Amino acid sequence: MRVALFVTCVTDTLYPGTGRATLAVLERLGVEVDFPLAQSCCGQPQFNTGYRRETEPLVRRFAEVFRGYDHIVTPSGSCAAMVRENHPRIAARAFGGRRADEVAGAASRTYELSEFLVDVLGVTDVGAYYPHTVTYHPTCHGLRTLGLGDRPRRLLENVRGLELVELPGARECCGFGGTFAVKNAAVSAAMGADKARGIEGTGAEAVCAVDNSCLMHIGGTLARRGSAVRPVHLAEILASTDGGTATDGTAGGTAGGTREAAR
Amino acid sequence: MSGGTFLGMPAFPEAAAAAVRDTRLRGNLRHATGTIRAKRARAVAELPDWAGLRAAGAAIKDRTLRHLDHYLERLEEAVTAAGGTVHWAADAAEANRIVTQLVRATGESEVVKVKSMATQEIGLNQALEAAGIRAYETDLAELIVQLGDDLPSHILVPAIHRNRGEIRDIFRSEMGRWGRPAPEDLSEEPAELAEAARLHLREKFLRAKVGISGANFMVAETGTLVVVESEGNGRMCLTLPETLISVVGIEKVVPTWRDLEVFLQLLPRSSTAERMNPYTSMWTGAADAEGADGPRDFHLVLLDNGRTDALADTVGRQALRCIRCSACLNVCPVYERAGGHAYGSAYPGPIGAILTPQLRGTVTELDASLPYASSLCGACYEVCPVAIDIPQVLVHLRERVVEGGEATVRGRRTTIRPARGHAAERAAMRAARWVFEHPAALRAGQRLASRTRRLHPRRLPGPGRAWTASRELPEVPAESFRDWWLRERGNGSGGRKGREDQTDQTGQAEQTERAGRAEGGGDR
Repeated sequence: MRVALFVTCVTDTLYPGTGRATLAVLERLGVEVDFPLAQSCCGQPQFNTGYRRETEPLVRRFAEVFRGYDHIVTPSGSCAAMVRENHPRIAARAFGGRRADEVAGAASRTYELSEFLVDVLGVTDVGAYYPHTVTYHPTCHGLRTLGLGDRPRRLLENVRGLELVELPGARECCGFGGTFAVKNAAVSAAMGADKARGIEGTGAEAVCAVDNSCLMHIGGTLARRGSAVRPVHLAEILASTDGGTATDGTAGGTAGGTREAAR
Repeated sequence: MSGGTFLGMPAFPEAAAAAVRDTRLRGNLRHATGTIRAKRARAVAELPDWAGLRAAGAAIKDRTLRHLDHYLERLEEAVTAAGGTVHWAADAAEANRIVTQLVRATGESEVVKVKSMATQEIGLNQALEAAGIRAYETDLAELIVQLGDDLPSHILVPAIHRNRGEIRDIFRSEMGRWGRPAPEDLSEEPAELAEAARLHLREKFLRAKVGISGANFMVAETGTLVVVESEGNGRMCLTLPETLISVVGIEKVVPTWRDLEVFLQLLPRSSTAERMNPYTSMWTGAADAEGADGPRDFHLVLLDNGRTDALADTVGRQALRCIRCSACLNVCPVYERAGGHAYGSAYPGPIGAILTPQLRGTVTELDASLPYASSLCGACYEVCPVAIDIPQVLVHLRERVVEGGEATVRGRRTTIRPARGHAAERAAMRAARWVFEHPAALRAGQRLASRTRRLHPRRLPGPGRAWTASRELPEVPAESFRDWWLRERGNGSGGRKGREDQTDQTGQAEQTERAGRAEGGGDR
């Protein structure tokens, strides 16, 4: 089984700990993971803002970079949704023919992390240990486009030491929405503030999601409010074990503490 | 006194920002949408075949739209055969002219109205007022909007932005100027408010000689029109006057009665969360004989007003499936905070954000801002009873705004120019695309950001201020994932695609490979 990590541009640049955590979880489960360096961005920011033509070379690049891999795993619901839902449409219109088929093929082999763990590996207990109270925010594209359902929750429920608390209004968007966050900043901020209040009300130490872009908005909003709740990606919780986090060798444990641990 | 106008409203972000600051408005909307949201979910969950009904609704609409000319002609024949008169209106101005002339021909200067989105869309009340004809809205919420010299802010609940106290104040101060006044001691109890409206409206129903309506559905095979409502005011307006004029969008036609079976299940559960609609009025043509019930004179004004342009757009045309249930408004987190007025048209919320730019174009700043009035969370698509993929159409229309391109405008294929004000964004998107096509450049940028990370400001100037006004910036890490991988796994385990620029997509594989090798070699 040839597995490639599609780390996403946001995680690569801003949250490398999530990339290391994804790798750590997969390798702990015996999966050999490759990281093709020619990968870059799925094109979602451009596409969702209306620049479809700017995404065409990125769509083509994605299919070429991940050619030959059985599975492409990414720690992002929205990037996985972009690839699966929109890459085939973009390619059908822009290229057609064999290239479009290749894009559709790559799209069908792309999985968000929790999907890959639960559906392909058939694992819900990854042997993680995370002694913290956590609430889970299902991000929109994972929830509605991919239909992740309870996969992330099932993974969290099997983490030892973790107490999962319900987030009221969990299914409501956090207000990030890519360029929406700056184009409609007032509404985005109002949605973010409501989400942050909901999170704070749970008493959780950390809010978990499968998308770093949404967590950047939620975490930035929480931090501005002076909240103690930390954003943490699902992969980082799943990578944490009794011996600390496998992601960077630091003695992990503090909620979200693995996010930006220096090397 | 015929209510405000959406003309000259600011772009969505400004109007929405003002609405967000209005705490009373936000309270009213949160309460109202939250309640109906939960009720709809329960009503829908009761039907085990909801997904099948939804697919059937979408399929019926799609098939009808594909053969729209055929079904409209069948409808015209059937309505005419039943004693009605069919008029065709290409745009709002023509529809208003037709209706005004029809009312004038009766010699009347007053009409009663059934709640209708089409007449809101064309601004009929204002047109009638200019011709000296007063139109009385008879739907409770429309009455509140009309008395308050206000604009509707919701498809189903036009006064959703008002609470009981505000409604009582409007009734007490305004009802007397339009007819029977409200009692002096009117309280804000719903039953008392409804009774005041009932007594006020009863006088209008009994006096009116002309009724004006829209329709939820038109059945092509028999020429039957269908109005679905909850208060009985529609039944009054459709049966008591001598003349009935119905203004209906051409996309409202369905082929057969059988098709209604699907929509009369989908619509009430999606809109009011009811199992069955309370007042479903159906009529075919005009009452011919003496003593027969209903209007003697029936006119159907079929309204295009941009619909055939939308129909020519293979992605955008799905918006014409809409049955105006407003489930997408009720579930939309943006609508809940921005309110309906910010959308600047009779059609607020997610459906308005895809319908208005198709009906009116994307020329004005407001109309060009509507496709961006969404975080693309997809909740609207999830609840839509006719499966309109609203996020897909939003993104499609965003492309029209920023890139321009081919579109049909007033029946003609036209090349639309990109909207103004996107030059900097377009340049940034192109630059980003170039960087993403050259991962070595991406890595260089990441390294620069990492090295300078202690120097990054906490608050950004320019467009970035919109981010840092309410959120902290993420801290840039000391090392990107890519650099970590190169450092830790770079020797050999990078796999067969270990070099960043090794793809053949630029058609210069060899050249980029050499560049990539040089770059990679320098790292190790």
